[in-house]
Amino acid sequence: MILVLLWSITSGRYHVPFGTVLSIIVSHLVEINVTWNPTEAVVVETVRLPRVLIAAIAGAGLSLCGAVLQAIFRNPLVGPQTIGASSGAALGGVTVIFLVGFGPLVQIGAFGGAALALIAVLALHRSDDLTPILTLVLAGVVVGAFCSALVGLVTYLADPETTLQVIVFWLLGSFASSTWPQFGLIASCTTIAGAVLIGMRWRVNVLSLGDDEARTLGVNPARDRFILLAAACLAISSQVAVSGTIGWVGLIVPNLARMIVGADNRQLLPVSTFLGAIFLVAADTLARSLTAAEIPVGIITAIVGTPIFALLLRRTTRSGAA
Amino acid sequence: MIRIENAGHRFRPEHWLFRELSVTFPSGRIAAILGPNGCGKTTLLRAICGSLVLAEGRIAIDGHVGFVPQALTADQSYCAIDMVLLGRSRYLGRFSSPGRKDRERAYECLEEVGLVSLAEQRYDRLSGGQRQLILLARALASDCKVLVLDEPASALDIANQGVVLRLLLRLAGSLGLTVLFTTHHPDHAIGIADTTLLMQRDAAHITGPTETVLTEGNLTRMYGVPVRRVDVDADEETAAAIVPLHGLRTKLPDLSVER
Repeated sequence: MILVLLWSITSGRYHVPFGTVLSIIVSHLVEINVTWNPTEAVVVETVRLPRVLIAAIAGAGLSLCGAVLQAIFRNPLVGPQTIGASSGAALGGVTVIFLVGFGPLVQIGAFGGAALALIAVLALHRSDDLTPILTLVLAGVVVGAFCSALVGLVTYLADPETTLQVIVFWLLGSFASSTWPQFGLIASCTTIAGAVLIGMRWRVNVLSLGDDEARTLGVNPARDRFILLAAACLAISSQVAVSGTIGWVGLIVPNLARMIVGADNRQLLPVSTFLGAIFLVAADTLARSLTAAEIPVGIITAIVGTPIFALLLRRTTRSGAA
Repeated sequence: MIRIENAGHRFRPEHWLFRELSVTFPSGRIAAILGPNGCGKTTLLRAICGSLVLAEGRIAIDGHVGFVPQALTADQSYCAIDMVLLGRSRYLGRFSSPGRKDRERAYECLEEVGLVSLAEQRYDRLSGGQRQLILLARALASDCKVLVLDEPASALDIANQGVVLRLLLRLAGSLGLTVLFTTHHPDHAIGIADTTLLMQRDAAHITGPTETVLTEGNLTRMYGVPVRRVDVDADEETAAAIVPLHGLRTKLPDLSVER
């Protein structure tokens, strides 16, 4: 994991040797002789380090949320988009860009959008008193589709000369504008959410049996699911607020982790978190070093993710477990 | 003990599944519920387990219920010991996972059902009979006073039916559990149940000691199919079978067992 992070920091248009990266980072902890030039220090400290750390946390958060959602909705093809939080956050962010332009408010807008989407999903869901799993997923799909339509409307209305470009690039997802304050936002939100989600890993196992069995095992599924969804919403919205919607990570990585350690969420959630961090850092490094111009990372994750998803779909339908 | 008073339930207005059901199942005894498909047996079990609220009536139980669902589906790929450990969940806080003591208790319960050797096997790769026993061990791991089983032997071959029924008999005896199970096999009720409840779609439920409830007359009326009771007296045990006369063969075979 640490090796992947360091490799990522050395790579890019401006190559910084491995040893230099290590020295610059260590110099913050202990006094050592300066053997690097100021440009290298700037590239590492203010450009690449926050970017790599944000990518790692975003990947970790998305994968962890994906694993939890797949377990509590008992469906391996569910991802963070399913509960509408990603689309809601996108709508919130895009609306802010459209109305007031790009700035710190975008993050708050994304946050509010995700929360509203979750509330809408839960409100739709509550109209069914038996609270089965299916209505929750359907409510997520409905709210997600509604938000996507509104995002499309805002994109259509946006000025092609100015805001449209910003919106499109933000929607595709990028870590290009990563800064330390952004790192603070996503790190704090994801740490709180991650502590709740991983802390409740055994309850996730219980909920994965379905509501009826969870109740007979002495657990209140509705309350636990609400806490888990709220935590997932926090992590997802902070990720969207910082780097736009990034698809596939939260869908693919938990499935890969499940192939490695099995379905028990006591192992699956931590492993999924780590794999997600590595996956997204690697994808982001490729995004900025493959070509001279930077490719949005959302495109890389989609290109890598869709074939894996297709394979998973084949496997699940073959085994008849979908 | 399970006391059910004037219970009734409906999923649609004016369409009662069952009504006016009052029955008491005594502690430390085995009780069976029989009834035609759709008469509300599973619904009643869910209400007893607390996962469903009845439209009318009340249910009183001393101690909490361990529920054993039918082991038909297996979409969980947890290993057997983890399935049993899930029974400990009611004793764990929201943010805690099972510890060493929970694990020891889970192994004791696996031993109780004779499947310790399968502890690390994946649950979804076990046979139907083994899955049923794992779910039974899970209910035992919750340290319940009342054990409720939904058709525990219906999907099993006759050897495994015997394994499950003997186990229930032993659990009621050695642990003093109150055992309640639904079944479509009157023989199973005759084999192990002290009390039997015959549920009907209308309000004419019949309850009492198994021998007085599961008569040819009652079963014929309930299912609308003539039945005969056949008593078997083998070497060291007796058994009884209920044989429905479906009219599939004009001349019925001799059903008495020759020695």
